[in-house]
Amino acid sequence: MMKHLLQHDIDYMKELTHTRRSFFNTAASGLGGVALAGMLQQDGLLRASPASMAINPLAPRGGHFPAKAKNCIFIFMAGAPSHIDLFDPKPKLNELHGQALPESMTENVRFAFIQKESAKLMGSKRRFEKHGKVGMDFSDLTPHLATCADEILMVRSMHTEQFNHHPGQLMMQCGRGTFGLPTMGSWITYGLGSESQNLPGYVVLTSGRGSSGGATLWQSGFLPSTYAGVLFREKGEPVLNLSNPDGLPPQLQRAGLDALRDVNQERYEIMRDPEIASRIANYELAYRMQMAAPELIDLSKESARTLEAYGVNRKDPPNGGRGKSGNTAESFSRNCLLARRLVERGVRFVNLIYASWDHHSNLDQELTYNATVVDQPIAALIKDLKDRGLLDETMVVWGTEFGRTPLGENRNGRPDVTGRDHHPFSFTMLMAGGGIQGGRVYGQTDEIGWGIEDKPVHINDLHATMLERFGIEHTDLTYRFQGRDFRLTDVGGRVVHDWLA
Amino acid sequence: MAVCLGFLGVLLAERSLAGEVERLFAQHCLECHGPDKQKGDLRLDVENSVQRVAGDGTLLRRLTTDDPEERMPLERPGLPTEQIATIRSWIDAGAHLQGHWAYGPLREGPLPVVEGDDGWVRNGIDRFVLAGLKRRGVEPSPEADRYTLIKRLYYDLIGLPPAPEEVDAFVSDPSPTAYRDLVRRLLASKHFGERWGRHWLDKARYADSDGYEKDRPRPHAWHYRDWVIEAINADMPMGQFTMEQLAGDLLPEASESQRLATAFHRQTLTNTEGGTDQEQFRVEAVFDRTETTGAIWLGLTMNCARCHNHKYDALTQREYYQLFAFFNCGEESKLKLASDDLEGAAGNEEEGKKKASKDSVREVRVISHRPRDTRILRRGDFLSPEAEVSAAGLGILPPVRGRAGDGTPLDRLDLARWLMSEENPLTPRVLANHVWEKLFGHGLVRTMNDFGVRGEAPTHPGLLDWLGAEYRRGGWSRKRLIETIVLSATYRQQSAHREDLVETDPNNRWLARQNRFRVEGEIVRDVCLSVAGLLSREIGGPSVFPPMPPEVAALSYANSFKWENSVGEDRYRRGMYTFFKRTAPHPNLMAFDCPDSNTASLKRRTSNTPIQALTTLNNEIYLEAAQALAKKTLMELGDGTDAERVTAVLRRCLARWPEEREVESFLELLETSRAFYRDHGDEASKLVGAYQPETTDAAEAASWVTVCRIALNLDELITRE
Repeated sequence: MMKHLLQHDIDYMKELTHTRRSFFNTAASGLGGVALAGMLQQDGLLRASPASMAINPLAPRGGHFPAKAKNCIFIFMAGAPSHIDLFDPKPKLNELHGQALPESMTENVRFAFIQKESAKLMGSKRRFEKHGKVGMDFSDLTPHLATCADEILMVRSMHTEQFNHHPGQLMMQCGRGTFGLPTMGSWITYGLGSESQNLPGYVVLTSGRGSSGGATLWQSGFLPSTYAGVLFREKGEPVLNLSNPDGLPPQLQRAGLDALRDVNQERYEIMRDPEIASRIANYELAYRMQMAAPELIDLSKESARTLEAYGVNRKDPPNGGRGKSGNTAESFSRNCLLARRLVERGVRFVNLIYASWDHHSNLDQELTYNATVVDQPIAALIKDLKDRGLLDETMVVWGTEFGRTPLGENRNGRPDVTGRDHHPFSFTMLMAGGGIQGGRVYGQTDEIGWGIEDKPVHINDLHATMLERFGIEHTDLTYRFQGRDFRLTDVGGRVVHDWLA
Repeated sequence: MAVCLGFLGVLLAERSLAGEVERLFAQHCLECHGPDKQKGDLRLDVENSVQRVAGDGTLLRRLTTDDPEERMPLERPGLPTEQIATIRSWIDAGAHLQGHWAYGPLREGPLPVVEGDDGWVRNGIDRFVLAGLKRRGVEPSPEADRYTLIKRLYYDLIGLPPAPEEVDAFVSDPSPTAYRDLVRRLLASKHFGERWGRHWLDKARYADSDGYEKDRPRPHAWHYRDWVIEAINADMPMGQFTMEQLAGDLLPEASESQRLATAFHRQTLTNTEGGTDQEQFRVEAVFDRTETTGAIWLGLTMNCARCHNHKYDALTQREYYQLFAFFNCGEESKLKLASDDLEGAAGNEEEGKKKASKDSVREVRVISHRPRDTRILRRGDFLSPEAEVSAAGLGILPPVRGRAGDGTPLDRLDLARWLMSEENPLTPRVLANHVWEKLFGHGLVRTMNDFGVRGEAPTHPGLLDWLGAEYRRGGWSRKRLIETIVLSATYRQQSAHREDLVETDPNNRWLARQNRFRVEGEIVRDVCLSVAGLLSREIGGPSVFPPMPPEVAALSYANSFKWENSVGEDRYRRGMYTFFKRTAPHPNLMAFDCPDSNTASLKRRTSNTPIQALTTLNNEIYLEAAQALAKKTLMELGDGTDAERVTAVLRRCLARWPEEREVESFLELLETSRAFYRDHGDEASKLVGAYQPETTDAAEAASWVTVCRIALNLDELITRE
């Protein structure tokens, strides 16, 4: 658990301390980095030298207690896939297909589009089969995931407080459905830093169409933007502005950065401001990123078998994919493979966003399309991590903002009911690896998949449990903002001990 | 602490002891024994209740007992010995609470007299600061040299770097009023309104789109932005500035401009996602108005009281909804602007007409008045209304009085008048702190929007009160307050960190020096384009679209409009005119901590990241600045030596003469570049782009681009020193 400074920073600081008297003292008085270090120490999170934080706020550090998980791949299925058509079979719902719900059930319920008076239950057309040792249900749309049943914890009793997309997505990413808060990747990198010396600690990969939350889904909120997710791009340079300008070769980039460092150091001599040292260190990290990021996205050294397993060269399913741009199957498969490559390289948190699952109509075609796109690469990712011995320390989470209604959606009283509306009262999430017990189903919805009958799990509980696996006591990872100690779990959160391996 | 006490009078010592103890209570006890909960019927923020437990020994016993069932705070670590000792001394001195400092009247005693100031003191500010320093046996830092001073003033007052000629003129100005003249010239500059207008727009959460999933554009939102720039350039008194924005529609014979000002509270987000309950998001917007008003004018974070009484501050849920009621009667509406107003806003008649003809319907979202009933909402849920409340102020401050004096229900104009009234001690402190923060990098109260009991106490309480009083006395003139601050010796100090204070005052709370800090994202762009001679100086007008990769706009769900890169002069406008789409804001701004504009932002973060380095090294617009600077230098110094040219580049970037070693570093880079481009003509042409000077070949021009590119990345260029 002892903190290790990045070797680079040690070298860099040695160099500075040898040649520059009292650098450590001055660095320890810095504003940005050191103020942060102070706060982390108060929370019992930072036992490394504050000087290292002044230079590198992403210096890796341990949590409150030994961690089971080191990295997280959060697969965010934006738009809300239907739990009752994928993971939570409801034979009774099929029996009741076409019937109205008793008024007592819908009395105080708000819907986005459903007209209560004429709404009818809608059965699922999916076929379900049991898989793995415990007989976990998967629908016919997720045959690959089904083969990972023994690794997966299936939580069928998630619920949320938000039933519109953007607030719901913020709720899942930030623990509360409001603006200006850090996302969970920001919290985790703030608490633990990152092992990667050459890549950002928190990376975002998107496929499909844009999500409702856009860039707010990887914001750092009131935390410094050091802890914001860095979006990797699908085309062109992997990170915005990563490539040198046309006509500027790497050796001149190096020569330029050497001159820059020398002149910035001259200024440091006079001003003794640790922010200058931090600026120098960040230019060096940027330079290392310029080398590391292209290597990261270069899949040429991956075996044909791996590429095939992830489905990197697949074509999109023939029908569906409303609002998509480009080849979503290829893009998502590639992103899953990149997620593995990122955690292999020590990146702390990968947010893999795919949109959109917002199937108000045409559910059969659109759900089939989206499930087909994501099923194979996610299964490949879980297996690949396991084969490489990375699954134990990598927590994979398959999540979304809410579920979908067992009622068919009859927007404006439309007779052709082909989709489902937003449903905050119950939905399903999957987890694997990272100290989470696989091969289990947790929680239970009622016989039509409406409410929760057993073991409800709030999003704050999910986050509390995730943090626990990272060695963080969720009530103690806080940040004082506007007079309040904020945390990822807002005012709630209890660790679900049943999930822990 | 001991040193400090030695110098203060007994009364002051008691006050600060009480303050210390109140902070301890706030930190450890008020959660269960405060305004919200009173376990065991005990409230530690009320004198009577405190006296009871302090007098009979209960307080000390419960803090120090070994019995885990008894020892406070329950189930948490006990208070450290020195804190117990503080509480013991306070009990011995009578256990009096001082009341929270921020809510008491402004204290306006005589200015501190400091022996032996050696002529350092320039105005009242310096007396407070120097008195504090002398008490601690610390000397202030020397005044910065004129090169630093002119750069500091340019950055702070107009957000642009001074040209070398302007620097020369100031440095060699023999007039004893040279500094003051410079200050006044900058305060009169039209760019002052841009610089300080942007500070206000952070608070106003100004943006060019609706927010949330659909995030539709608001093509006319900029009219409000221009209103702010103009008001600040005209030095509209803060009282008027407040009234027009909170209640311009309620002013007698409200002008179009006054109604436009109410767009301040129409910057709230709009959720047009399918299937939303519009009432939910209307209420959400009223929450935002209530909380934004509380944060900006009262320095209070009121959000907690939306759902329950505040745990630490004397702020009840009922009071929250009393404030809420003022804004609950504001109804959403749109203001159609007459075309001549548009001309005024565009600043240039011809420009205005050109733009006016482009979009014929100019509707700006503003507030209008239609009263509604307000009820307390249980846990802030709009579906759970409880008791009815009417508009009123906060118990910690004097009551809001209706201007009619006849019992007419209070409205937003009464609220605005109350905020700015002579009797309100909180607002002047808060507003003076805003101005101070922009000029020092930190407020005198560092927790900008928490003047409550959990916030930090002011580093210089007397100074804060004096500034607040000066601000109000000076007719709420923003320019006058800024002038007072920047004329002080405190402001003019060097910003170098001091070896002697590393241990005792690492964060410069004592103000024994100025601070260095990185400028904001917009200003990073402005200084680079300005140094390169590319920056457009046009003020106001519709927002513009500097180059951005198309897929960034596509990140948001609705893809509700296409980002068409601006061409011509609009490509080079100041950063503050960049169209701000809430779910897909411009990455160049966000990389440098630009606020997301979803909620009011009172203080920007200044992070330091590799993404920032990549942006200024490689982004298209920053490369163009390097190309332009290289061309300009080669053209202007056609006969110059390399060293002269490097010196010229660095003078532009740093507003000072470079040191020899600095020039050498760049000359070395120049030679390395020449060695490469001599044999790589094609590469050279690519790097030079459209900025090939006629006087030289591509290899030479490209070598200078590499030099200028690195010069534009110097820490010093984007740092206010």
